[in-house]
Amino acid sequence: MTAWLVRRVAAAIAIVWAVVTVTFVLLHLAPGTPFLPAAETPVDPAVLQRLRSQFGLDRPLPEQYARYLREIARGNLGESFALHRPVADALAEALPNTLTLAGAALCIEFVLGLALGVYQAARARRLGDLALGNATLFLYSVPTFWMGLLLLLVFGQWLRWFPVGGVVDVVTHESLPWAGRVADRLWHLALPAGTLGLVGAAGTARFERAAMLEVLGQDYIRTARAKGLPERRVVLGHALRNALLPFVTLFGLAFPFLLTGAVLVETVFAWPGMGRLAAEAIFRRDYPVVTAAAMLAGGMVVLGSLLADLLYAAADPRIRTGDG
Amino acid sequence: MTEPLLRVRDLKTYFVTERGGGTARAVDGVSFDVYPGETLGIVGESGCGKTVTSLSILRLIPEPPGHILSGSLIEFEGRNLLTLRPPELRAIRGNEVAMIFQEPMTSLNPVFTVGDQIAEAAIVHQRLPRKQARARAIEMLRLVGIPDPEERVDHYPHQLSGGMSQRVMIAMALVCHPKLLIADEPTTALDVTIQAQILELLDRLQAELGMAVLLITHDLGIVAGTSDRVVVMYAGQVVETAATPELFAHPLHPYTEGLMAAVPRIDTRVSQVRGRLHTIPGQVPAASGWPAGCRFHPRCPYAWDRCTAEEPPLLDAGRGEPGSHAVRCWLLTEPRRRTPQA
Repeated sequence: MTAWLVRRVAAAIAIVWAVVTVTFVLLHLAPGTPFLPAAETPVDPAVLQRLRSQFGLDRPLPEQYARYLREIARGNLGESFALHRPVADALAEALPNTLTLAGAALCIEFVLGLALGVYQAARARRLGDLALGNATLFLYSVPTFWMGLLLLLVFGQWLRWFPVGGVVDVVTHESLPWAGRVADRLWHLALPAGTLGLVGAAGTARFERAAMLEVLGQDYIRTARAKGLPERRVVLGHALRNALLPFVTLFGLAFPFLLTGAVLVETVFAWPGMGRLAAEAIFRRDYPVVTAAAMLAGGMVVLGSLLADLLYAAADPRIRTGDG
Repeated sequence: MTEPLLRVRDLKTYFVTERGGGTARAVDGVSFDVYPGETLGIVGESGCGKTVTSLSILRLIPEPPGHILSGSLIEFEGRNLLTLRPPELRAIRGNEVAMIFQEPMTSLNPVFTVGDQIAEAAIVHQRLPRKQARARAIEMLRLVGIPDPEERVDHYPHQLSGGMSQRVMIAMALVCHPKLLIADEPTTALDVTIQAQILELLDRLQAELGMAVLLITHDLGIVAGTSDRVVVMYAGQVVETAATPELFAHPLHPYTEGLMAAVPRIDTRVSQVRGRLHTIPGQVPAASGWPAGCRFHPRCPYAWDRCTAEEPPLLDAGRGEPGSHAVRCWLLTEPRRRTPQA
């Protein structure tokens, strides 16, 4: 177990390093330079030159890369070109927002997706299953940002049930009591988390339906029925427990999906998270921010799949004892 | 005469085949009785409908595609299981009628301990508290001859061998002391030595607990050693039924004859079988298109024109008590035709 963990952590570090390297190379290969995004207003070449040398951009690329890795190893993520503040500060501000959004979306995705999938499997090929099957297929096919815009239009603009953007109500938030602030945050969270969660839940439901159907055809389900167990106990006890196993692996895959989805959703809902930070940094060619964001995202994905493996081991006795 | 524990009359279980249209008549008018405490063996080749028959009794046939036709009767202690509402049926499943299956390894749920799986039926049917149910599970494991039951109770199925798994299945089935145990090919997936142990165990438990056993198998040897009476099935129908000694001494249906000839005998000299084992030519036809007339006629060495035209009913062989030995064959009406053609 310890050896396994050490190997996994070593692999995780290697993957994050690869992500950093690829991002670094791609960024410098891409057209455009920092400090000159639009090039509409002429900038004094002397000023530009000074900025470039100040950030070390006039050095050969391998030297820049080596220096960057050295700084990262020391825990220094560098200074943002555009935000005029340390990258670490900007990330630290954005990360909790993204984690809140991703966490809420994950809850919606798994709870709703599981419930729908199990319901569909138990009612397989009947009307309810067919209707939900088509609905989830539609939701699954829809681009996340389009879904976000749709919800924004309907619930934010027309019905005015939810705010159209932001994390809190900037005017009233500070004056609210403790419970009110929580409610305010949840109220703002509803649409973006709903968007991400709904699209994710559609995929999860389809996956879980298939997993459940496969399990329901197994011999041990017949055994459970032959024992005289109520159907609810057969489905929710004997079948679901087995159908959750592949699902745990899905958890590892859901995480990257949520992070990429977050980039679009955060942009649509003006949610000051990692995704929006990274997206804006890309347009400004803000190299240190982009690389650090990619590194953090890569780290979280690796961590997510590591967590999934640990959960899998906890859920499946055949893996737990290591002799399956 | 005692009342039968289980009466099956004219059981018809059909399946709608893939791509619609066709109907597979897997079980097509099967009748038999099981008396308290006896062992009834149902024998036949793969595809003859014996497993579907056994699953139909507790209504474990997946519906759709399967369905049991109205007009069928499955009566357990006077109650028709086919008309029971789901809660009433559940009160019988695993409690009064229990079942064990062919593949013990896949019939146990991999994510629960064997103790939990054995205790479950006792918790559901007898409302035993968890702790007592666990004690019962240990007691059952000891009863079926599993060493170190206190330790094994917390093991998962993947930690058991095939023979151990089948013992666990038996423990699970018997935890509520059922009056009838349906054993569907209980030893087919096991090694021969383990087979013998499991059959011995079933025999001992039957004597101790006084239950009836419906034993489904393709192996005449198993039937000979364990069953009081035998039902031979072919193509979804009963073709012959008799007490075990009678059947082995006087097999009357050509199919039964063929089955017996196909069993290697340790006391037969190789010269007598000319180094080759007898086989019944051909295969069991598909259930979606049974042959017209007698369903066995394409494979029968004695078949004549009547067999292709007219389906024989179950005829009394006139041996012993009326109805004790019945055969679905026209040969009974024209015994002189029983001369080998080939």
